[in-house]
Amino acid sequence: MSTHTFKPDLPPPNRSIGAWAWMRANLFSSVFNTLLTLLALYLVWLLVPPMIKWAFLDATFRGTERSDCTPGGACWVFIKMRFGQFMYGFYPPELRWRVDLTLLLAIVGTVPLFIKAMPRKAIYGIAFLIIYPVVAWVLLHGGVLGLDAVPTSRWGGLTLTLVIASVGIAGALPLGIFLALGRRSEMPAVRVLCVTFIEFWRGIPLITVLFMSSVMLPLFLPEGMSFDKLLRALIGVILFQSAYIAEVVRGGLQAIPKGQYEAASAMGLGYWRAMGLVILPQALKLVIPGIVNTFIALFKDTSLVIIIGLFDLLNSLHQATVDPVWLGMSTEGYVFGALIYWAFCFGMSQYSQRLERRLDTSHRS
Amino acid sequence: MSKSIGTSGSLINDPRARAWAFQILAIVVVAALGWYLFNNTQTNLEHRGITSGFAFLEHSAGFGVSQSLIDYNESDSYGRLFLVGLANTLLVSILGIILATVLGFVIGIARLSPNWLVRKLSAIYIETFRNIPPLLQIFFWYFAVLRLVPGPRQSLSFFDALFLNNRGLYVPAPVSADGIVPFLVAVVLAVVASIILARWVKVRRDKTGRGFPLLLTSIVLLIALPGLAALIFGAPFHWTVPELKGFNFQGGWVVIPELFALLVALSVYTAAFIAETVRSGIQSVSHGQTEAANSLGLKPSRTLRMVIIPQSMRVIIPPLTSQYLNLTKNSSLAAGIGYPDMVSLFAGTVLNQTGQAIETIAITMSVYLVISLSISLLMNVYNKRMALRER
Repeated sequence: MSTHTFKPDLPPPNRSIGAWAWMRANLFSSVFNTLLTLLALYLVWLLVPPMIKWAFLDATFRGTERSDCTPGGACWVFIKMRFGQFMYGFYPPELRWRVDLTLLLAIVGTVPLFIKAMPRKAIYGIAFLIIYPVVAWVLLHGGVLGLDAVPTSRWGGLTLTLVIASVGIAGALPLGIFLALGRRSEMPAVRVLCVTFIEFWRGIPLITVLFMSSVMLPLFLPEGMSFDKLLRALIGVILFQSAYIAEVVRGGLQAIPKGQYEAASAMGLGYWRAMGLVILPQALKLVIPGIVNTFIALFKDTSLVIIIGLFDLLNSLHQATVDPVWLGMSTEGYVFGALIYWAFCFGMSQYSQRLERRLDTSHRS
Repeated sequence: MSKSIGTSGSLINDPRARAWAFQILAIVVVAALGWYLFNNTQTNLEHRGITSGFAFLEHSAGFGVSQSLIDYNESDSYGRLFLVGLANTLLVSILGIILATVLGFVIGIARLSPNWLVRKLSAIYIETFRNIPPLLQIFFWYFAVLRLVPGPRQSLSFFDALFLNNRGLYVPAPVSADGIVPFLVAVVLAVVASIILARWVKVRRDKTGRGFPLLLTSIVLLIALPGLAALIFGAPFHWTVPELKGFNFQGGWVVIPELFALLVALSVYTAAFIAETVRSGIQSVSHGQTEAANSLGLKPSRTLRMVIIPQSMRVIIPPLTSQYLNLTKNSSLAAGIGYPDMVSLFAGTVLNQTGQAIETIAITMSVYLVISLSISLLMNVYNKRMALRER
């Protein structure tokens, strides 16, 4: 008995596979498309080779002085010589290990939060949030436990940027959650107070807030009481950012179906327990990407503290470029700074997008 | 709030009584805080010898400003200075919004192009520029790029009409001539005619279903009527081209370097966000709509114009307005490079000169608040009108 055997499949036609076919489909599918491709190629040719030439081929990497640099290319020696200042500001060089240790502890401490199988994550997280700031303050500021005191006026560079951003978000998050709850409250007086607060801070630029915290805050306080410039800026940043967090959290609260509120009441839970045990855990999970996006915005906004004279990363860069010894190195300085900011913001936004996909348990119909 | 049941009399378990008590407590706390701050401020001001009030607005400012849209000189008052700053803020915001919108829409549409290279380039643009702080971008343009630009004598010239040097960008300016009045009248007439025509087209289309080349007719009207007026009554304006005289350029308009850097940086930064808004708006229109339009026999161009764009605008416009607001608020970064906007003039220089911290900051903040709140009000009205009417 003869069995029927299929002939092997013919290969697809030559014109529909391979690089050439891909190019036909994606780059040269029509006259207009071909023109676009050529225009884009021209643009790339105009921009990319000079940039590579400037940043790598003609650039100077070795040396310690301005005279080591060749004209025409980037002078990365400048970045190399000022690297310490960009990272730590005026923090005493022999004490910089304390900054490194603080950062290391932050990284080591947060790693367990990203491990999926970790038990009692919430308890660990809250404990970390309470203990770490104290440790960080002791390490960075010193003055106790035999550590030399380093006043905040000497903090600077990327360290200061990270301090402002992380303290800002840590302070703004709880305040923002309370404001969001207040805005959704059934008590008219509370609601009006919260709406006014939120809309006020969202309506003004951060610069005016920083101006206010540096010149008006001292007027508000009792006579003779004054506090640190950094702390004043931080208060401004926290109040400003909490309004944005509140709006993000409110979005999450609104996304929770009414049945959840009703079910919580039916279980006999009071307002705070219903919120804390039923509503907020679900709502906050929904808005984590939104909170990360707010944090990215805050990270970029920290650069504004230059206006009130704090030496964050941008200000350190700026001061270094106006130094007479290194005059004319602004391009290198700002490109380097842009790379750092970009790496942080891009990394966080990629993380937030991944999180969005992972947390998407698709309650949407 | 649910009503309390029973008459157990224990006020503490009555939810309504608790709500009242809580609200009264909240108001009392806020009022007490306010009173405490007010009191402290009063004492502090007294000790420093600062008289509060807005009388200082009448005093002479005594310093010049590098760019002013209205007449201003050193002896003018602080009140006038405020208007100068406000005008400068509005100038940079409006120009920035126009540039960012154009750039953002082009890049947002390119992000969805079938062309792979164009798609990737616009993605690179978006991811690069929205992840770098706007202030750093402003500094980059101002301190790095514009410092490389030569002086007036070696100006970079474009078509012998635009000149870029370290004192700014010089562009030709129109100067009104004899024919200006008839020209403007013709423009107004053309606009009015187009509006009336659009009404008539809509009425006729609703009645008979017949179309009319409205856009083409309006464009022809807008070109023909003013053109005719110019032909009959003479040119409405002539251009003054900037010319190098002595050490600097004369004639034309000058865009000062601060404005140039601020404008470029803010438009480039905001355009990245607008592009993402446009992309998500277009993608939000489900593919079924395109297919439905195709099966009704609409041409692709018509599908885009009558089906996709109207539906995506509903999604695009609210976030677009908030981007415009962000740009307006970000224009306050001008303080970083000394462009004389409201913040750097008022919360910066005037505050330092007069010491009237509370008044200057309050004035500056309230201007931004008024702008933001009025735009959000408009937005709410728009959202109500555009909300999907579900049946």
